[in-house]
Amino acid sequence: MSQEKITDEKVSESGPVIEIRSLAKSFGSNEVLKNINLDLNKEENLVVLGKSGTGKSVTIKCIVGLLTQDKGTVKVFGEEVAVLSEDDLKALRVRIGFLFQSGALYDSMTVRENLEFPLRRVLMLKDKAEIDTRVTEILEGAGLPEAIDKTPSELSGGMRKRIGLARTMILKPEIMLYDEPTTGLDPITSKEISELIQSMKKNYHVSSIIITHDIACAKIVADRVLVMAKGEIVAEGSYDELEHSKDEFVNSFFK
Amino acid sequence: MAQEGTLSIKGIFEEAGNQVLFMFRFFRNIFRFNFEWNELIRQCYMIGYKSFPLVAITGFIVGFVMTLQAEPTMKEFGAESYIPRMVAVSLIREICPVIIALICAGKMASGIGAELGSMKVTEQVEAMEVSGANPIQYLVVTRILACIFMVPLLTILAEGLGMAGSYSAVNISGHVSPTLFFNKAFSSVAFGDLLPSFIKTVFFGYAIGFVGCYKGYNSDRGTESVGVAANSAVVNASLWIIVIDGIAVQITNALGY
Repeated sequence: MSQEKITDEKVSESGPVIEIRSLAKSFGSNEVLKNINLDLNKEENLVVLGKSGTGKSVTIKCIVGLLTQDKGTVKVFGEEVAVLSEDDLKALRVRIGFLFQSGALYDSMTVRENLEFPLRRVLMLKDKAEIDTRVTEILEGAGLPEAIDKTPSELSGGMRKRIGLARTMILKPEIMLYDEPTTGLDPITSKEISELIQSMKKNYHVSSIIITHDIACAKIVADRVLVMAKGEIVAEGSYDELEHSKDEFVNSFFK
Repeated sequence: MAQEGTLSIKGIFEEAGNQVLFMFRFFRNIFRFNFEWNELIRQCYMIGYKSFPLVAITGFIVGFVMTLQAEPTMKEFGAESYIPRMVAVSLIREICPVIIALICAGKMASGIGAELGSMKVTEQVEAMEVSGANPIQYLVVTRILACIFMVPLLTILAEGLGMAGSYSAVNISGHVSPTLFFNKAFSSVAFGDLLPSFIKTVFFGYAIGFVGCYKGYNSDRGTESVGVAANSAVVNASLWIIVIDGIAVQITNALGY
């Protein structure tokens, strides 16, 4: 299945790029997701707030097919992820970027090799000049051109996240999934990462789901906010609406 | 009690099933488009070349010690002249393949298990998977093939150095010319000694690479699981080496080698 086919036939311009219906997932007797319903619209930043262990990361792992749900459906660009063949899933994943909490840089490689990896192995690019140009451009976009020959162990937490984001964005995804992008960072670096997320939306027109419990980050990036608790979505609205919510649990996030 | 027994049998079957599936994924990805030649060469360097000093020292000392231990008894029977033959056949047929494989299990399987385990813990494997790359092809196929190529080569190297060690040991108590020593040694070594030994080491290499990759790739979350993956990789690989050796001896005996 080609990417064009998915785009042209299945997704209208205004329709959601991700549709999740009645999603449920358990690990043994631990019911992590109970009944998740969620839409991500085109060029929208959707922030999912919630305490640790409420199933936020499990939800986005179901979106990219890293986990398979027990019940419900997850559709991305109109295609149900759980029933895709290995090749179709691979084609779909190229269109989805995923920034892991730690950055997940390949620590046996330099920053340059990390950025070249998806170009050589996913896009199958062979032309060295083209690869070099794209690596340099994306590194400048991430504000770290001087880090090109460093190894991940020589980078700070914030730099790792920036490089991780650059490695994801080098494939020019249409959807970005951020798993706690500002966790473990100081407030200044957190703000820089949040602004970088916002600039990704403006410059690359990506639709994003941002999993976080960092309210400052949510305030900067959110077009819409969902609040999760015990495997369910308990509140939805704009940042301002939820900030003034009368619900005690929702309100506790904004204090 | 009965239930515990049932659960453990179920667990054994699940583990066996997972290993078979992993093996299929390995074989299927060998023949996939865009083979990772550069990574294979890098792994051969990392796994093989960097094991060279350890294997070389081990091989030399095994030959040296074996000769020193055998010499008094052989002298008693007036059979000193058989020492080169005995050492050559012993090293090539059994001692070097098994000892070097066990050493490689300790070094390679633990290294692979720990490396892939830590990549799993730090979400690097998942990052590779969600980017649309093929982690089995990049991480697993290259490492298993590197072990398959390098363990036989390292064994041959150890056998050669084992003979050099034996020659050194013989020369401690008196002078024996190298021509005489090596002529005697290799006159008793036949094709039937070399080929089964070589084939055996290919399977040892596969067992080391496969177990290391399987344990590392399927490790749990948390830093503790990296240690568990490395440890169980060594234990399982060593066990498989002994089992394969037992089977290989039966087959070579049945075939008359």
